[in-house]
Amino acid sequence: MKVSREEVEHVAALARLALSPDEVDLYTVQFNDILGYINMLKDVDLDNVEPARHPQPLSNILREDHVVPGTAAMREAILQEAPEQEDGFFKVPPIIE
Amino acid sequence: MSYYTMTAFAAAQALRRGEVTSRQLAEAVLERIAAVEPEVCGFITILDEEEVLSAARQADRLLEQGRAPSLLAGIPMALKDNICTSGIPTTCASRMLAGYKPPYDAFTAAALNQAGAILVGKANMDEFAMGSSTENSAFQITANPWDRERVPGGSSGGSAALVAAGEVFFALGSDTGGSIRQPASFCGVVGLKPTYGLVSRYGLVAFASSLDQIGPLTRDVRDCAIVLDIIAGYDRRDSTSVCREKDHYTAYLGGEVRGFKAALPLEYFGEGIEKSVRDIVMDAVGRCSRLGVELAEVSIPSTVYALPAYYLVATAEASSNLARYNGIQYGLSVRGKTNLLALYQDTRKEGFGAEVKRRIMLGTYALSSGYYDAYYLKAMKMRTLIHDDFEKIFKDYDFIVTPTSPTVAFKIGERKDDPLTMYLSDICTITANLTGCPAVSIPCGFVDGMPVGLQVIGRPFDEGRMLQFCYCLEEALGIKGRLAVSPARMEKNIEHI
Repeated sequence: MKVSREEVEHVAALARLALSPDEVDLYTVQFNDILGYINMLKDVDLDNVEPARHPQPLSNILREDHVVPGTAAMREAILQEAPEQEDGFFKVPPIIE
Repeated sequence: MSYYTMTAFAAAQALRRGEVTSRQLAEAVLERIAAVEPEVCGFITILDEEEVLSAARQADRLLEQGRAPSLLAGIPMALKDNICTSGIPTTCASRMLAGYKPPYDAFTAAALNQAGAILVGKANMDEFAMGSSTENSAFQITANPWDRERVPGGSSGGSAALVAAGEVFFALGSDTGGSIRQPASFCGVVGLKPTYGLVSRYGLVAFASSLDQIGPLTRDVRDCAIVLDIIAGYDRRDSTSVCREKDHYTAYLGGEVRGFKAALPLEYFGEGIEKSVRDIVMDAVGRCSRLGVELAEVSIPSTVYALPAYYLVATAEASSNLARYNGIQYGLSVRGKTNLLALYQDTRKEGFGAEVKRRIMLGTYALSSGYYDAYYLKAMKMRTLIHDDFEKIFKDYDFIVTPTSPTVAFKIGERKDDPLTMYLSDICTITANLTGCPAVSIPCGFVDGMPVGLQVIGRPFDEGRMLQFCYCLEEALGIKGRLAVSPARMEKNIEHI
């Protein structure tokens, strides 16, 4: 299963990564190397095997829908790390043109 | 007296006997850091001297009053830089989080703080824990204290190097595919990855959520048990944290090992393992049988498929976890252009290094429409087979014993351009992450002056008996607690610059 340059560009777009043409070339080669190795999985008969979604048999852990209020200090500490904020909101570029 | 050469336990005893104060331990460590850190470069952030000494004073006060909260009170330590420390930079060795100060403490950071341990700084690592050499750090290379031209291993290379060099008494690392155990092996220290769910991941910056675990890196097995006693435990803020009766790991040490059964899987001793490493590990295994441990060769046929399964699961989960780095709530934000898509793309282009980008790409590909069944689903099914194989082995055996890594520490730069070779070196460690089983690496010998690690994998939640076994073996091997560089030798190294 050979991966093409176009597929690599498509994946980069999905992952919201801007790649230079050199990077696309490099990743295309490396992808093919790595996926070539990973392809050995096709030798295993996995038709009747359940996928293991977890290392331990855990199921959904739920809690009571009970509000635990935050503090002003917490809010400040969080907003302190915001690249751009206004009136306590995270500021982003326009979403709709 | 070089206090920094003591184990944490020896220091704890000396504190209680009044032979030393926490302040003296802190000063010794700060002096040691001044002497060797320019060579080792294990720290990304070192706390202010005054902060460290103030914490030491507080510990001394509690010790004087007989109110020391734990054996680790007054003992200096480091935390891997993907463990959140409130108000203290937590960078994951990435430009994406350069200078980022979390608004909260990780469970493990808080637990050690409450136990009275003294945080000295945050340790270097591979960016976002992706790597096996710590060369993928965006900020600096960490040198292996045993040979400055070699890597300390990764991704917890900083943590391992700092302990091996005597810059801290112990450290925490994280392990997703071997990232505690392999650096422990390369640096000649003890490194343990707990059973999945034993140690809370709350505040651990996520790489692969079904594989990540935090664990100790220490000078010897006793120290490892002491640290595990503090950091293990239920935390409702981590929904994968397991609620069970708390075990006391130090209580197992010194217990009888005669009659334990250890399995040696031939797939972990095959061609991919360097002969010199295999020989040293087999030598150490020989000591096991002299201790009355029954040994047997077994086969785990699914082993060869573990690596591809691991790299699909880990990268898929990473691609999902790292989607949060978008330049909006925290971290790097590249706002040159005025549209949202550009914010995402430019921020992530500048913020992530090559290995991180590669893994995000692989994971995205494996999960994408048209490829999900061929890759990710297959990997999850493979995970079931591996889990079943391990369960079968553990019906008849108590432990699985293997080399920790196929080689000793390699030279800096040797593998940077070959990601696949780098990935292949994880072969011995990843199955413990895929199955959730606990695993520990202990130093078992040297090849050309470089440490070799022996790995013990145990049944889920059987850390107690695993440590019991390792304690005995460590004693029999006679190399525990050896520091990477004796004070004289390191000074000599510096003179050679």
